[in-house]
Amino acid sequence: MYDFLTGPMFWLSLGICLIGMLVRFVLYFRGLSWQLDRVAYKAYPFQGFKGAVNSIVKWLIPFGTYGWRKQPFMTVIFFGFHIGAVLVPLFLLAHNLFLKEKIGLSLPTLNPLIADVLTWTVIVSAIFLALRRIALPEVRILTTWYDYVILLLAVAPFITGLVARYELGSYTSWLTVHILCGEALLIAAPFTKLSHIVLFFASRAQLGMDYGIKRGGMKGKGMAW
Amino acid sequence: MPEGKFCNKKPVETEEELKALLGDTGGKQYYEEMKSLDVDQALLWKTIQNTLKSRMKTWLEICAHCGMCADSCFLYLINDQDPKQVPAYKIQSTLGEIVKRKGKVNNEFMRMVMETAWAKCTCCNRCGMYCPHGIDMGVMFGYLRGLCYQQGFVPWEMKIGAGMHRVYRAQMDVTDEDFVETFEWMVEEYEEDYPGLEVPVDKEGADILYTVNAREVKHYPEDLAEAAILFHLAGENWTVPTSGWEQTSLAMFAGDWAACKMQVEHVYAAMERLKPKRMVGTECGHAHRATVVEGPYWAGRSTGKPPVESIHYVEWLAEALREGKLKIDPSKRLKKPVTLQDSCNYVRNNGLKDITREIMSYIVEPGYFKEMSPNREHNYCCGGGGGFNGIGLFRPQRNKALITKRDQILNVGAEMVIAPCHNCWDAIRDLEEEYKIGIKWSFLKPLVISMVEIPEHLKLQE
Repeated sequence: MYDFLTGPMFWLSLGICLIGMLVRFVLYFRGLSWQLDRVAYKAYPFQGFKGAVNSIVKWLIPFGTYGWRKQPFMTVIFFGFHIGAVLVPLFLLAHNLFLKEKIGLSLPTLNPLIADVLTWTVIVSAIFLALRRIALPEVRILTTWYDYVILLLAVAPFITGLVARYELGSYTSWLTVHILCGEALLIAAPFTKLSHIVLFFASRAQLGMDYGIKRGGMKGKGMAW
Repeated sequence: MPEGKFCNKKPVETEEELKALLGDTGGKQYYEEMKSLDVDQALLWKTIQNTLKSRMKTWLEICAHCGMCADSCFLYLINDQDPKQVPAYKIQSTLGEIVKRKGKVNNEFMRMVMETAWAKCTCCNRCGMYCPHGIDMGVMFGYLRGLCYQQGFVPWEMKIGAGMHRVYRAQMDVTDEDFVETFEWMVEEYEEDYPGLEVPVDKEGADILYTVNAREVKHYPEDLAEAAILFHLAGENWTVPTSGWEQTSLAMFAGDWAACKMQVEHVYAAMERLKPKRMVGTECGHAHRATVVEGPYWAGRSTGKPPVESIHYVEWLAEALREGKLKIDPSKRLKKPVTLQDSCNYVRNNGLKDITREIMSYIVEPGYFKEMSPNREHNYCCGGGGGFNGIGLFRPQRNKALITKRDQILNVGAEMVIAPCHNCWDAIRDLEEEYKIGIKWSFLKPLVISMVEIPEHLKLQE
């Protein structure tokens, strides 16, 4: 089982994720239409690029926008979740040892203590994200079972990873479950709302181009996001 | 009953049809007929497949249901934070549902969609600034209005407005003759006070081609005279076209894209005929949005720009004051608490946030200008945007919506609100009528005229 999951299944899920995401990203931009969107993308590449970068970067900074500052609690749990969710899978020591063995290359690694803290933060933030869906009427009305499935899919590798790491119960079985969860996440990503991993950048870039080109980017000081 | 006499899928194309529809006072029969209007589901779905592409498809798909847009919507806030007023909910439960059901929706559903699209969203686009994914629900509601219009589910006044543009190329029954006559008549009224005042009609190669809002011709003709006076005092070489003078587009509020195209191409034709250096539009928000910001796209112009450089009145005025073409008598500046209404259509949607404040610095005595909170591109809609002001059926909802602006004005302690936008001006007038808070409201033109210095050579000779 372990050999299968770390062998063919690893390559398959990683391949589906990377190719799938790339396809979605490319299709998004190919599907943009200057006439339907009413944005002259090609006429003003520089202003469009500037608007896109501004629109993405501002939203990647905690409390960097009016929107984030307006909702400090959400900002904390949002970044608490996303910072760990991006950093831990990529830079965890164990993952990179595995990678080194697989392809002979590895990325810089996180201090194990920091990795623990980040993982715990992801899990605690996820709990608060779920509670927020239940507690706030304006979020509850939007929430469907699908939102919980996505959240669970996203947080499962962190929970199982932590259980394995603290060796609660059988290390090898939890490790197997952890890998299974991680691979499920990779496979699901291009086909579900998890596609926002790349489409966030695409969508933000589009609105940034819209504001940069059409809605005032060429007049005055640009957009105060 | 499929198609009604008044309420149907056919746009109003002739004067007779328009008069007949206007004759149905308040749209009584119109709305009665709407209750049995069929939905052309096949057409609806085909249209969506042809026009709902990457951007909106992705918006609908990746919405994280986080609810961060809720607080950004003044209609959510003013309606006691009703969850049904959360922007994401409003669009997911309408456009999102139509897409999910592949266009298979019924009459009752479409009437709910109509109410949501015109009474729960003014297309102010504020929510788009507060969504982490950059989902602009105002843009989607604009699109949804187009689907509603195609299916005949459109408020009575909006159908009339779009019909006006189709018949008269103006938002009201004002003909080209009416326009020129009214302008000339108003200028005559003032020429004794301003020697040499004139309205140059159809002059080729002028520096400025001036375009207006048909309401000014019909209801506020002084506005035309004021525009002429200020151009005159500034020594501008300007003109108005005999045809193609209407800058507004109720068709945009109605979602009648074909009429939007007709209207804006009519104005562009005047630009191409008269070849002015620039076009200056009047103090109207949606007119600027329709003709300058969105119009080029309706007309298929890949540059995203009108045929000649086109600016809003505030841009011309700021420039005239900055360059000294118009000089303000400092003793006549406003000396009472004044605030400024940022119009969504040219501030949030065209970046003209600082230029209006520059004008304030010239016409308001230092210390008297107060900023509403929030302001600039984060300002709230006046409460009557996107056609909301004009729809009788949704008047109670509109009046409630005005409370947001009322409280913003009260909080800042302003005695006067400067509103360089017809829609905002109307909304603020209505909120004063409705809630009597004792404020005054004004366009820029009359204020500037009351304090501008008349150059020696243009002075009345005693």
